[in-house]
Amino acid sequence: MVRMEGYMSVGRFALASDSVLIGRELAEDLGLKVGDKLRVSTGARAQVLTVTGLFDMGGREVNRRRIFIGLRMAQALLDLPGQVSAIDLSVADLFAANAVADPLRRQTGLWVESWMQTNAGLLNALSNQDVSNKLIRGFVVAIVALGISSVLVVTVVQKQREIGILRAMGAGRARIMRIFLFQGALMGVLGSALGVLLAYGLLALFSHFYKTPEGGAMYQAELDPALALAASVLACAVGVLSALMPARRAARMDPVEAIRA
Amino acid sequence: MIAQTPILQLSAVCKRYGLGTAVETEVLHDISLRLEPAEFVALRGPSGSGKSTLLNIVGLLEPPTSGGLVLEGQRIDELDDARLTELRGRTIGFVFQYHHLLPAFTALENVLLPLMLAQGVLLPQDETLGRQLLASVGLDQALAKRPGELSGGMQQRVALARALARKPRLILADEPTGNLDSASAEEVFALLRRFNKEHGSACLIVTHDASLADRCARTTDLVDGRLAPAQARAISRR
Repeated sequence: MVRMEGYMSVGRFALASDSVLIGRELAEDLGLKVGDKLRVSTGARAQVLTVTGLFDMGGREVNRRRIFIGLRMAQALLDLPGQVSAIDLSVADLFAANAVADPLRRQTGLWVESWMQTNAGLLNALSNQDVSNKLIRGFVVAIVALGISSVLVVTVVQKQREIGILRAMGAGRARIMRIFLFQGALMGVLGSALGVLLAYGLLALFSHFYKTPEGGAMYQAELDPALALAASVLACAVGVLSALMPARRAARMDPVEAIRA
Repeated sequence: MIAQTPILQLSAVCKRYGLGTAVETEVLHDISLRLEPAEFVALRGPSGSGKSTLLNIVGLLEPPTSGGLVLEGQRIDELDDARLTELRGRTIGFVFQYHHLLPAFTALENVLLPLMLAQGVLLPQDETLGRQLLASVGLDQALAKRPGELSGGMQQRVALARALARKPRLILADEPTGNLDSASAEEVFALLRRFNKEHGSACLIVTHDASLADRCARTTDLVDGRLAPAQARAISRR
């Protein structure tokens, strides 16, 4: 299902009984422009129609192979009075297509197929991609947590003497713990801020360099600010959790041993 | 005459390391010590006699194995770690042999550190106090310098100013001049003595420098973890 109004490059998506809308490439191949006549033949019947609009659906082949004519004209040309060969329906919930298709099939006795059945391979690939995506994200979170934790463990060892001095000067265990938890959170926040900037930069770079043959952006990728915020919050939480172990270690440090270190 | 409450009282303090192991060692035996407010006492003894361990116990940095410790009228065995930390910060100022300043902080920030830790924030008057303390140790030109940019004597003077930031009633100094040339050592000792007189802070100075110990009001000798009888003397005017 396509909202054709958005793809019209010349004219509107409106069909009179003798009008035809054709793709930009087909118009170029045939040397047609709006107002010209085009003879449309189905083998059994033929009719001369007026080109009233040109569309560009973003793909050269689609623009060459597809035309739009009025329903009654199509029924006449295909010799299917009062009939249609197919009805496309769009559903509100993309992945509920089967649940809509099954009762329709039972109730009408027609051949009803959801996009999920037609594109089972694609659906499978999408599902696999989703699993891999989650796995990769899970591993990234684990690696980030290990990274922050190991950096902080090293910091605790390096700062042993300073920790001892702070303890001697009146810093309690809870305060020492808070210092390292804060450092973990800070690493998470700074890391995610850097990551979000990098993501925006890379997206801009990709859409600049990777273009369709027509010069449009190949990927319509956008970074949702809510996703960026969620990633930052997650990174901050991972930072604090990763810092727990080193922070406890620092807080439990014996000040005398720490100062001697 | 009413007896003064001592700032510090140790009763039969023992310290053993490696408890329950084959290498259990008793480093302090039956130490009893009393320190009056504003007293200036040297704790003298050879290396390995337990001076630093005793100072750590008095400084609430490690607990005694047995015996009692009362600091400012407060029995420390009744306190949890948080209250010990609070009492330590409020009552005691430390001067270590190696200044132990935080290298990333300036001299002024190091001096303000105990106040920052106690209050959580710095108040406008704190900076004035920090500047005054550094001026009183002759470092008013070095406020913004980091420890790495200062000489050993200057570092130790910053450490002295830091020890005084919370106007402690007890200053514990572990070999405060042990790492300094004689001129710097003399300066640091004179400053300790001055603060003792001006602020009324009691000082317990660990040293094995006999000439320095001789100039304290009282000298206590620690030999093999035992205290020798105290010697009191008139304070030298030098």
